[in-house]
Amino acid sequence: MVSPVENPKFLVEKLSVQYRDGTESLRNISLQIPRNAITVLFGPAGGGKSTLLRTFNRLNDLVEGTRFSGKVLLDGEDILSPATDVVALRRRVGMVFAQPVPLPMTIRENMTYGLLLAGERRRRNLNRALEEGLQAAALWEEVKDRLDEPAHAISGGQQQRLCLARVLALQPEVILMDEPTSGLDPISTAKVEDSLQSIKKKYTIIIVPHSVQQAARLADWAGFFLQGELVEWGEGKNLFIAPKEKRTEDYVTGRFG
Amino acid sequence: MRIPRALAQRIAFALLTAIMAVTVLAILTIITYIFWNGLPALSGEFLFSMPKDGMREGGIWPAIVGTLYLTIGTALIAVPIGLMAAIYLSEYAPDSTFTRAIRIAIVNLAGIPSVVYGLFGMALFVLFLSLGSSIIAACLTLAIMTLPVIISTAEEALRAVPQSFRVVSISMGGTRWQTIQRIVLPQALPGILTGVILGLERAAGETAPILFTGASFFLPHLPQSVFDETMALPYHLFVISTQVPGMPVRIQYGTALVLLIFVLAMNLIATLIRSYYRRRRQW
Amino acid sequence: MPMAKHRRLFESVVQLLVRLCGYSAVLFVGVIFLFLLQEGLPALVQVPPASLLGPRWYPIESMYGLLPLLLGSFVVTIGAAIFSIPFGIATAVFIAEVAPRWMRELLKPFVEILAGLPSVVLGFLGFLVLAPLIRTWLNLPTGLTALTGSILLAAMALPTIVSVAEDALDAVPKSYRDGALALGATKWQTIWRVTLPSARSGVLTAVMLGLGRAIGETMAVMMVTGNAAQMRWDALFFPARTMTATIAAEMGEVASGSTHYHVLFLVAIILFLISFLVNIIASSMLFRAKKRAERMLS
Repeated sequence: MVSPVENPKFLVEKLSVQYRDGTESLRNISLQIPRNAITVLFGPAGGGKSTLLRTFNRLNDLVEGTRFSGKVLLDGEDILSPATDVVALRRRVGMVFAQPVPLPMTIRENMTYGLLLAGERRRRNLNRALEEGLQAAALWEEVKDRLDEPAHAISGGQQQRLCLARVLALQPEVILMDEPTSGLDPISTAKVEDSLQSIKKKYTIIIVPHSVQQAARLADWAGFFLQGELVEWGEGKNLFIAPKEKRTEDYVTGRFG
Repeated sequence: MRIPRALAQRIAFALLTAIMAVTVLAILTIITYIFWNGLPALSGEFLFSMPKDGMREGGIWPAIVGTLYLTIGTALIAVPIGLMAAIYLSEYAPDSTFTRAIRIAIVNLAGIPSVVYGLFGMALFVLFLSLGSSIIAACLTLAIMTLPVIISTAEEALRAVPQSFRVVSISMGGTRWQTIQRIVLPQALPGILTGVILGLERAAGETAPILFTGASFFLPHLPQSVFDETMALPYHLFVISTQVPGMPVRIQYGTALVLLIFVLAMNLIATLIRSYYRRRRQW
Repeated sequence: MPMAKHRRLFESVVQLLVRLCGYSAVLFVGVIFLFLLQEGLPALVQVPPASLLGPRWYPIESMYGLLPLLLGSFVVTIGAAIFSIPFGIATAVFIAEVAPRWMRELLKPFVEILAGLPSVVLGFLGFLVLAPLIRTWLNLPTGLTALTGSILLAAMALPTIVSVAEDALDAVPKSYRDGALALGATKWQTIWRVTLPSARSGVLTAVMLGLGRAIGETMAVMMVTGNAAQMRWDALFFPARTMTATIAAEMGEVASGSTHYHVLFLVAIILFLISFLVNIIASSMLFRAKKRAERMLS
């Protein structure tokens, strides 16, 4: 069931994640995430996709009492080990959330926030990162004259693209996206998806889509999750057109969901 | 006899409105009465000069200055500790029994009668630590008394900041303190400020905690150091209204008015800050 | 960015500092209680318990009967309760359920103003204005009575009762009210039979906290209750002495380390314990009510 990927960005080995109240979110997951491509983690609610996503940037640490076993290797290094510098990890692995969260500052300040956290002070670098990030998220033209206005004043779709641009300003290696277009209208959704397609050559993108159709549109690689178990994973077109497992086929064709 | 529902409602609402009106009227009467009787006493001399003839004439300047000193001193001690404690409770504290114990302790500190604080302050600061009856002893006592108010309101203000901001900041490589310093604290500042001002308002008006720790009635000159005693408006009002025979009523009302204005001004500032920033909130 | 190590040290220092401040509340409560005990327990040794429970408080003749003080505090507080409970709850109901939005925005700061009035100012007015009025109206030998104190205390307890009760009423889920109205109840019926009962524990807490504040009040009562420690069945209309006023009035004239001194600290211990009890009960009621609400709404 596991088709080997050459030089994967992430290598997940027998990962299990358990919450403080005992509920198990992921059971013995093993898979590989290819670099510079879009990998889609899909499946019905409660499958563990978000948990896996949040393991890639150790954001699960914020939930008290979460326990892990197994390994997650990023470029060969286990990011679950206690010695990991999680702050540096989170700069390499950025995240966009389901609801747009503009920080309560201007657009400019939103864009430079991550860099200022990291200690970058030079105006030239900040401005360059700001413009490049907004360009990559296809937002530059729309906000370039409004950079010093509050970020919450722009539309929902623009806010979400701002969140993507904000992450890109840090020049990460990986971009995690948790149902990023679930709150957006179809036009904004299309704009976001187009941005992803155009930047995927430079970044490794792991996305939890909010619909099977979005999954099918975007996936270079895909993994199907059901109740904490990885049922099947492989190249996108295989999973959606000719899935090997019956459960995958049933979900993809809409027999349950 | 069954009263029809609509009539019962009218009676009930009328009663409630009446009670409300009485309450409002009572508050207005108190304030107006003091203004009416005290305003004539307010003059440049009354406010800014030293008292004469055993307080029966002249001004209450040292009492005003004393209250200012005490309020500022209390703020300097209580605000840093209180704010940090609030940050701990809101941002760092785990969900444990000890954290619950801390909260219970805060609730208890808030409920301790002010005269018990005065006694404790005297026993610890004046006597045990040999600070003597002084501004510093009084400020320390008032600070501990004001602490619970500051902690509660500051914690509430910090908690009101949406969790999503923190998650985003952490996900971009921010540490907990960076997140607090750059996002949470600035956003919570108006609420914190309101709470601090309301807490200090109470400290400024309290008499019992300073009775045995630093307040004095007749001092020939202004305090020169934190180890001196001081006059203070609340204590001054207490003495001149109940302990000094032949005190002109005008001066009593004038003193009460000055204290009242002090307190109302702080109340007003706090309310203004709260409503101004509520409108400008970016979430 | 080569800042990791220096930043990590900074973070741990900050975390330590913040944690110490967090723990300080517990420290302060402990220290306060310890000091009270240290200075107050000797009284139990120096004064025979039978005397402490006696009916005469006359320190000059070494009589340290605490009963009149307890009675004084009790009477004044009960009197305050009689006035402040109906007024407080009614005001809270009005603000939370009846008043239109614009009126609420005016009334709440108004009640806050009352909360901010220093007790010495109320005591001052009570002494100068209220006491003479009561003397004439009720034809009493003096207007400095427990009743006068009760009225002032009611004014001081009112804001606490109003704000906590109002919070409790606000916390009742909108669905309860909507459900009752949908079943054909009038607004008042909804308030009386649905909203108020479900906010029951919050309102009770409000009353407890308000009365807790009343018991602990010092200046206002000291200025108007006449400060005579006595025990009589019609105590309300005669001068009385509360525990708080006793401490405030006599501490200044007491020799440090004398028996009188220790007994005053003993009185302070009693006050501390009363407020401790009231607050523990009140906060656990609030805590349980909050948990219940969270369960119901989740």
